[in-house]
Amino acid sequence: MISLLTYTLKNLPNTSKWALRFCMRPLSSSSQLQAAAASQTKSKKTLAKPNIRNIVVVDGVRTPFLLSGTSYKDLMPHDLARAALSGLLHRTSVPKDVVDYIIFGTVIQEVKTSNVAREAALGAGFSDKTPAHTVTMACISSNQAMTTAVGLIASGQCDVVVAGGVELMSDIPIRHSRKMRKMMLDLNKAKTLAQRLSIISKFRLNFLSPELPAVSEFSTSETMGHSADRLAAAFAISREEQDEYALRSHSLAKKAQDEGLLSDVVPFKVPGRDTVTQDNGIRPSSLDQMAKLKPAFIKPYGTVTAANSSFLTDGASAVLIMAEEKALAMGYKPKAYLRDFMYVSQDPKDQLLLGPTYATPKVLEKAGLTMNDIDVFEFHEAFSGQILANLKAMDSDWFAQNYMGRKAKVGLPPLEKFNNWGGSLSLGHPFGATGCRLVMAAANRLRKEGGQYGLVAACAAGGQGHAMIVEAYPK
Amino acid sequence: RVGHDLAPEQQATNRNSVLKIINCEIRFLTGYICRSFTRSSALLTRTHINYGVRGDVAVIRINSPNSKVNTLSQELHSEFMEVMNEVWSSSQIRSAVLISTKPGCFIAGADLNMLNSCTTSQEVTQISQEAQKMFEKLEKSTKPVVAAINGSCLGGGLELAISCQYRIATKDKKTVLGSPEVLLGILPGAGATQRLPKMVGIPAAFDMMLTGRGIRADRAKKMGLVDQLVEPLGPGVKPPEERTIEYLEEVAITFAKGLADKKITPKRDKGLVEKLTSYALSIPFVRQQIYKKVEEKVRKQTKGLYPAPLKIIDVSLYPILQHLSCFFPLSRTFGELAMTKESKALMGLYRGQTQCKKNKFGAPQKEVKQLAVLGAGLMGAGIAQVSVDKGLQTILKDTTLPALGRGQQQVFKGLNDKVKKKTLTSFERDAMFSNLIGQLDYRGFEKADMVIEAVFEDLNLKHRVLKEAEAVIPDHCVFASNTSALPIGEIATVSKRPEKVIGMHYFSPVDKMQLLEIITTEKTSKDTTASAVDVGLRQGKVIIVVKDGPGFYTTRCLTPMMSEVIRILQEGVGPKKLDSLTTSFGFPVGAATLVDEVGVDVAKHVAENLGKEFGERFAGGSLEMLQQMISKGFLGRKSGKGFYIYQEGVKNKNLNSDMDSILASLKMPSQPDVSSDEDIQYRLVTRFVNEAILCLQEGVLATPTEGDIGAVFGLGFPPCLGGPFHFVDLYGAQKIVDRLRKYEAAYGKQFTPCQLLVDHANNPNKKFYQ
Repeated sequence: MISLLTYTLKNLPNTSKWALRFCMRPLSSSSQLQAAAASQTKSKKTLAKPNIRNIVVVDGVRTPFLLSGTSYKDLMPHDLARAALSGLLHRTSVPKDVVDYIIFGTVIQEVKTSNVAREAALGAGFSDKTPAHTVTMACISSNQAMTTAVGLIASGQCDVVVAGGVELMSDIPIRHSRKMRKMMLDLNKAKTLAQRLSIISKFRLNFLSPELPAVSEFSTSETMGHSADRLAAAFAISREEQDEYALRSHSLAKKAQDEGLLSDVVPFKVPGRDTVTQDNGIRPSSLDQMAKLKPAFIKPYGTVTAANSSFLTDGASAVLIMAEEKALAMGYKPKAYLRDFMYVSQDPKDQLLLGPTYATPKVLEKAGLTMNDIDVFEFHEAFSGQILANLKAMDSDWFAQNYMGRKAKVGLPPLEKFNNWGGSLSLGHPFGATGCRLVMAAANRLRKEGGQYGLVAACAAGGQGHAMIVEAYPK
Repeated sequence: RVGHDLAPEQQATNRNSVLKIINCEIRFLTGYICRSFTRSSALLTRTHINYGVRGDVAVIRINSPNSKVNTLSQELHSEFMEVMNEVWSSSQIRSAVLISTKPGCFIAGADLNMLNSCTTSQEVTQISQEAQKMFEKLEKSTKPVVAAINGSCLGGGLELAISCQYRIATKDKKTVLGSPEVLLGILPGAGATQRLPKMVGIPAAFDMMLTGRGIRADRAKKMGLVDQLVEPLGPGVKPPEERTIEYLEEVAITFAKGLADKKITPKRDKGLVEKLTSYALSIPFVRQQIYKKVEEKVRKQTKGLYPAPLKIIDVSLYPILQHLSCFFPLSRTFGELAMTKESKALMGLYRGQTQCKKNKFGAPQKEVKQLAVLGAGLMGAGIAQVSVDKGLQTILKDTTLPALGRGQQQVFKGLNDKVKKKTLTSFERDAMFSNLIGQLDYRGFEKADMVIEAVFEDLNLKHRVLKEAEAVIPDHCVFASNTSALPIGEIATVSKRPEKVIGMHYFSPVDKMQLLEIITTEKTSKDTTASAVDVGLRQGKVIIVVKDGPGFYTTRCLTPMMSEVIRILQEGVGPKKLDSLTTSFGFPVGAATLVDEVGVDVAKHVAENLGKEFGERFAGGSLEMLQQMISKGFLGRKSGKGFYIYQEGVKNKNLNSDMDSILASLKMPSQPDVSSDEDIQYRLVTRFVNEAILCLQEGVLATPTEGDIGAVFGLGFPPCLGGPFHFVDLYGAQKIVDRLRKYEAAYGKQFTPCQLLVDHANNPNKKFYQ
């Protein structure tokens, strides 16, 4: 009935949009009041802001996340992205021509499809009149895709945007060396045989040595795993603690998978292979087994191992983001509001992975919330050591005072609300696609567990970080 | 202390078998007393070492009180021995970790004060023997000892570390391992000469010991000098430096346990090349040949002026220390070297350098954050380079785009060369280069805290840029002039605020030469001086502060010597011969080559100016020679021709045969009684020294130390002589006055010794350094 009401309102001339918002808020807040009464008292009833459109996630999906080199290994990135887009179309039944814009995040770009968003959208049958662009911000690329969508809707440029992300680590662009490339380009320009021969005569065997995409930070030449190991050491986090946390992640993911809670996963019929229906990286092991592994980065005494790090993953995700009034007008029952968000950045050498620590208090303050108001935490797990370091940093007055310019510590998220359905360590981490998974996990958990506010946070290469508040849409 | 005093006595008792039985009771008694004293001293008076046990690993933490660095002093030595004896005698302990809790320093070497306070070589020999015995015991320890190294690990510190069974070092920029003894005119006296070749191979060991070069941690790992690296940590829940040391300790403990459990072996896999080299070197004939080659090379380079390197080669031939009889020859050589004049001179320079790295004018009221350099020439760009790479925001201004571009390229190349040498990453280079802003106007000068002008040496031009700059810079901004000879007072005459005007005389090439001569006028304020010294120190310079006057200190000392150079050339000594005479005296660059390097026109300009000021004392050779060279375009290296011919890519330079006619036309008869090779050397050096001492007498120099540092680091005065003042102290003022008198008789006033020098000659107790 509500949707019917708003639908009619929506169709009124522009002047009534105001009235619409006016009447929307009491509607949503009344139900929230009930929710609040049910759980604990919230410091804020809702995060709706005057004069700013409410933005909702209608729904979101992802392909199963697979270990690189498994069933997706012969695909191209846009194939995976297309699968996510098709899955989203199927799940939401959104008419293709309603979509105003499409944004995808990706990290390691396939050079043939550098605007992978456009190639995937065309392939997935979206209207060729729907523009699409690709963003990159390391592991928070799809977070950037979503917040770009939020910006487009909030500013009134669009009403319906699809945001997503994709990563295919089974195949990466390996280039010819610079010398070889230069020779090939020169050869292209050469006009006479003599010129060509003279260029070819300069060829040396070492021209053939290939160039790989950078695995290390450009600014510091340090790989992320190495930095994570140092970070864990800086916060005095033991190997045992890290293994225990990784085991927790795998166990919770397994439980969530078995109980069918990972409802954002859509099956994907891989051409020439069987239909993939679930993530294949969830492997709860034993602490004894994990203790046998050798350190992967700082050898021979480091603490970060293959078992307590996220693994190379192939996968794609997509969410349908709309202005609330549009969603309601179209008869949707949205899953969540996307509220305040925050990007931060800090020293890429010694604080590469501390983004969540910096972003969390800022986004909470911006939203006028406290740590106690958050019912669901969804933090990106790049490494066990990284998560535990962030937790320790948030729990340290010394760190807050000396590095964050705060009087007191941020505070510790309660572990019982933290990544309860597994995380990147167990579910996998396709760089460009993880952000949407985090938001959907938060939204789905809020619905399932009955909370109101979720906090999504992630770190990214370059010493950057992101946090966003997800508010449950009233049932 | 008592424990320490008793120890030798106890040993003596042990050795004396005849008295054994009689002394039995006493020994028991002394042993008892000794032990009870060590215990109590451990609790009450152990100040350098703190020692605890983690499981079955002893953790020995060094932190000398009231000092920025740990040095191997007698106290530290005895405390360490005490602790090690406890470690060895405890049944609970199976291994040990040796670590310093002082940030940035493991052990910086032997305590130089301890060496300096020794008056005889026997005392020094004794110290060396004590250390050798200790390290030998350490090396033979059945309980593995892991040296955990963070910060400087030099000299005796390195010798201690390589006596341990295992070494772990932090990959910090401050972690440097080295044997710098040779730079102080001594040798590694506690086993490095024997252990280093075994550990890193003969070529690398000689390279370390003969150059004194510091080895950074990552390279040390590759060489096999350290076994493991530990990355420095960022912030956690305590300061990064603190936590890094803690982490190093934790890692070291796991390795100590592993070694004790025999899970880790300290032996390292050697590569094929390494194996082949070490095999080749095990053949006595090959070994002998290599030693001979090294010795030849060293002799050629040091010209026999430095005894230490040759002795290092000598003692490296001694067999590996195996029993007490081997200690002595090495230690005796060490003791003898410590007493040489060369060593005293070098140690004096080391102390002087340390002093000239401090700001005795205190912290400036306002720290310079924005620097501006006027003129993007060789000097201006050099000054900009040493500023931006220390994080100082720098504006580089010139008048034309090509001139500015050349300067910017010079800065970039300077930084990029470091990238090629892998001391910088390309990212760090870019970040540093972004501190440089090149421009053609005075935009942004209103925010400058200091302007250094490095425009052409022309008083009118200097006046013009000073006035232009003063029109835009804020009140607090210091105006510094980089000039080698124009008096700062004269430059300051057009200034509205002469208290803010100062001289900063850099030496070319700025990024290589360590010296900065700061010149204060009577009007320069103390805060301006403090600010200039502060900037200089941040640029990594060794600084002397002198009073204004023609030629300040450095140029003034050099000019009479240059005048003598021309006279000697006129007397028929060829440039090649003159060069070889000066370099064999210890100057790094020959006198004729030096003129070419400085530039003939510059030399003439300075000689003329100072000649006018100081009159006959600066006379000698005829400036006509320089004039004729200029008119023929022989300006030195920069024009490709001077006394020599300079060609790109040609290493051995040839004499410029066109100079023959000039030299012939100005030829003067030589005076045979003052023209022996030695006399020629002393004519040059005594004029230099006499002028330096006159500068102290007149108050241009505040201290002899600054005089020595300025002469050695700015002008290449022979380091083995320690600078003009050390030279007078060590060789005797009387001898120098005698020389001067002899030359005075032949040439007149130019050689008249100054009053202060005469005073020193008259009173043998008078020394510049007490």
